[in-house]
Amino acid sequence: MSRALTGTELAEKVGRGFPGAVAEANEQWMTVGAEQLVAVATHLRDDPELDFRYLIGVCGVDRLDHFEVVYQLQSLSRNHTAVLKTRALDHQEPQVPSLAPVWQGAQLQEREVYDLMGIRFEGHPDLRRIFLWDGFPGHPLRKDWLGMPGGRHAGLGKFPRED
Amino acid sequence: MKTEPFVVNVGPQHPSTHGVFRLRVTLDGERILDADMIVGYLHRSMEKLAESRTYTQNIPFTDRVDYLAAMANNLAYCMAVEKLAGIEVPPRGQFLRVIMAELQRLANHAMAIGAFLNDCGAFYTPFQWMFREREHILDLFEMAGGARLTVNYMRIGGVSYDIPPEFMPAARALLKEMPQRISEYEALLLENEILIARTRNIGVLSADRAIGSSVSGPVLRGSGVAWDIRKADPYCVYDQLDFDIPVGTRGDCYDRFLVRMEELRQSVHILEQALDMLPGGPASVPVPLALSPPPGEVYARIEAPKGELGFYVVSDGSPHPYRWHIRAPSFINLTPLKDMVVGLTIADAIITLGSIDITLGEVDR
Amino acid sequence: MLFLAEWWDLRDLGNPVGKFLEVLGDHGPGWLPYVASGIIGCLAIVLFLVPSQMVIVWAERRLIGRIQARRGPNRTGPWGIFQTIADTLKLLAKEAITSRHVDRWVFWLAPVFIFVPGITVFAVLPFGEGMVLADLNVGVLFLAAVGSINAIIVFMAGWSSNNKYALLGAMREVSMLISYEVPQVLTLLGAVVFTNTMSLSGVVQWQDHYNTWLIFLQPLALVIYLISAGVEINRSPTDIAEAESEIVAGYHTEYSGIKFGFFYAGEYFAGFAIAAVVAALYLGGWTFWGLEEWVPGWLIFLGKLYLLFWLFIWLRGTLPRLRADQLMAFTWKFLLPLTLVNLFVGGLEVLIWQENDLSAGVALPVFAVINLALAVGLVVGWARFLGHAGPDSRPRRALLMKEVGAIVYGQES
Repeated sequence: MSRALTGTELAEKVGRGFPGAVAEANEQWMTVGAEQLVAVATHLRDDPELDFRYLIGVCGVDRLDHFEVVYQLQSLSRNHTAVLKTRALDHQEPQVPSLAPVWQGAQLQEREVYDLMGIRFEGHPDLRRIFLWDGFPGHPLRKDWLGMPGGRHAGLGKFPRED
Repeated sequence: MKTEPFVVNVGPQHPSTHGVFRLRVTLDGERILDADMIVGYLHRSMEKLAESRTYTQNIPFTDRVDYLAAMANNLAYCMAVEKLAGIEVPPRGQFLRVIMAELQRLANHAMAIGAFLNDCGAFYTPFQWMFREREHILDLFEMAGGARLTVNYMRIGGVSYDIPPEFMPAARALLKEMPQRISEYEALLLENEILIARTRNIGVLSADRAIGSSVSGPVLRGSGVAWDIRKADPYCVYDQLDFDIPVGTRGDCYDRFLVRMEELRQSVHILEQALDMLPGGPASVPVPLALSPPPGEVYARIEAPKGELGFYVVSDGSPHPYRWHIRAPSFINLTPLKDMVVGLTIADAIITLGSIDITLGEVDR
Repeated sequence: MLFLAEWWDLRDLGNPVGKFLEVLGDHGPGWLPYVASGIIGCLAIVLFLVPSQMVIVWAERRLIGRIQARRGPNRTGPWGIFQTIADTLKLLAKEAITSRHVDRWVFWLAPVFIFVPGITVFAVLPFGEGMVLADLNVGVLFLAAVGSINAIIVFMAGWSSNNKYALLGAMREVSMLISYEVPQVLTLLGAVVFTNTMSLSGVVQWQDHYNTWLIFLQPLALVIYLISAGVEINRSPTDIAEAESEIVAGYHTEYSGIKFGFFYAGEYFAGFAIAAVVAALYLGGWTFWGLEEWVPGWLIFLGKLYLLFWLFIWLRGTLPRLRADQLMAFTWKFLLPLTLVNLFVGGLEVLIWQENDLSAGVALPVFAVINLALAVGLVVGWARFLGHAGPDSRPRRALLMKEVGAIVYGQES
């Protein structure tokens, strides 16, 4: 059975090497500030005790006043999992360092988060929209993008072409 | 003589049944210099749509994520919501879920191997043979859930209907002839010189790269990493069942093909045990129609036929999910495609893509 | 039972034709029988080929259906026998789209000329005793020469399409065809070495005289010829240009409607030609050790032809496709040395036979055994030498593990 490491455990292990990096830690996850994100992630991957070599998934959540990016991590040799989060505080132009240099598996997933939520990932080798075309107005998964059927905005009758 | 590389579009219309996938390759003669994948032709914004529907109303959406392995999607989603809401599924429901999931694995691998051999040029013969079994399995699904492809069978708290009395004899008949059929396929395909020449050492993915690129499923196992969620993080009743996981050693297309062939056998073995051990009792617990799990978040995963399928569900206490994210194995398995394909010829690139086994419904959601 | 010379003795089709020409000669100018005989011969070949092709297309679809555990077409008429007609009508009714920038004349002529090699080769093939349109004494040379026109036609089609991808497909195709000409011709020579005549009816008569078929004396040559000729006619497992050449839909990308139908039909004519050549050269043509006194020789010949074509259909339904460069490597590194050795050994055997004036009843069985052993030995030995039959190409199974976490990448299973 995969043991899920609690956020507090992780925070303990990480807090020693990176003081001030952990913003919040509870039973399920550990939140790290954006500035030290890459360093903490690299430590999580390379530390022999933790050995989080496998990134399960990247997900973005719109929390109405800030964005959250959730990383699910897995260690194959030790068979434990953990959840790492980071926050992008600016709701208009959110930005977070990219973890693609640490785990290549984040490449396509970060492109997806950028495409659908608009969170820019600094340091991503190729940040382009992946599902929607280049001229698409806005980022659909945001909570303030178009109400669901009934609440359409005028002006989106003609979609710009991809060139 | 001056030559220049030129750009060719493979897709969006594909000769094989992978879906609308576009690969823009830059060729120098026949060698690929660069490959860029363009997806999104099947993007249906499921994650956004789910935010305005109740948890039970979202179950049919999950069917359409990976339409070739609908039961697996249903299972992962229901597990996620059950974990969030703290609902316990009765044992009969658990066993039925395992039976359906393994039948789905058989059907999916039959299709995957058939389509892969189609890409190799075997002119539909293995494809048609494997579809015989797939037809039986789809008939079983129709018996149990009412539909063949997008079955919508699982519910939060169990399964939607208990199996009818004609299910067990039909399933046992299928399982009786499966091993012999699999041996037939192996006899036709494993020793085929041409197949070996086309797939050996093509599309090699090393174990380090596979782990770093977060691939999962037969692609990861073909690269030599023994990792299967059914063994590592058992769900439903997999800890009570005895099976092996096949692992390749070279990470090429042939090993991925071997892994899938062997998983057919293992699924038959699991199914035999599950059918024997099927207990009585209710198949599901009643759950309110507008289920409102307590606020929180959960990530639940299963070993879908294509890899690790996970659902990340965030709830805010209302009957609608706040955020609903699908960790789609086909999408993430495409991460190392460019590295696998650069340096090969176009024909090999098609075969590599076929061996990863993607379904565009899952890639694009 | 003798071969009567009556016009109703259909065992030799020359009888009714001869009677007709006699009648013509009596009632018309002197040159009329000659012209008429030529016309009748050509018409006969075409009238044989076209219905054959229509039937064989239907047969192929039914047979491939059976190989794939399904029925073939069964809607258009009982057992789907009108399927070919339905397909032809469909192709005729399709819009013949011609792109604006194609090389007009070449584009239009390519599908017309695709029939030329297939039909012309039949001029030298003996359907029965004396039933040859043109009994050239260099028949084998004629076969090789005319058969290689195919490469030019394919290139015409690909070049004139003004389509990068068609040109790529055509060039791949041409290089393949030219490479496979070499073992094809050398294996034909293997048969000629024994029979000392290049005329095809002469070869059949030699087989009749010595009461043997050349397949027993030249098994390796037969197999190699079947492979090379199969490549020439673009059939699976080597249909690199025809079926889904992955992205390059091949040299007939830009052809729609009946022009594509012509390419499709031309492939079948070429297939018949190959099957007929093998039937004449290696399988004894119209002879069947005495059966030709009862059953007309041309029926036996046709039977062998269709049997060989059935073999082609079987291969198409079973084997996956090879890659273009693997195909090239196969012919230059594997087939060519084998054919050279085969030719050399054949020549040596004939020399020994003629010089020492051995009786055929002793020499030929010995040669047959030697050649068979040589064939098996060469194929296996050369494959091993080239590394094809090594441990790398033996089938494997996946490792079965019970626990997770291990990484076995790179280990030998």
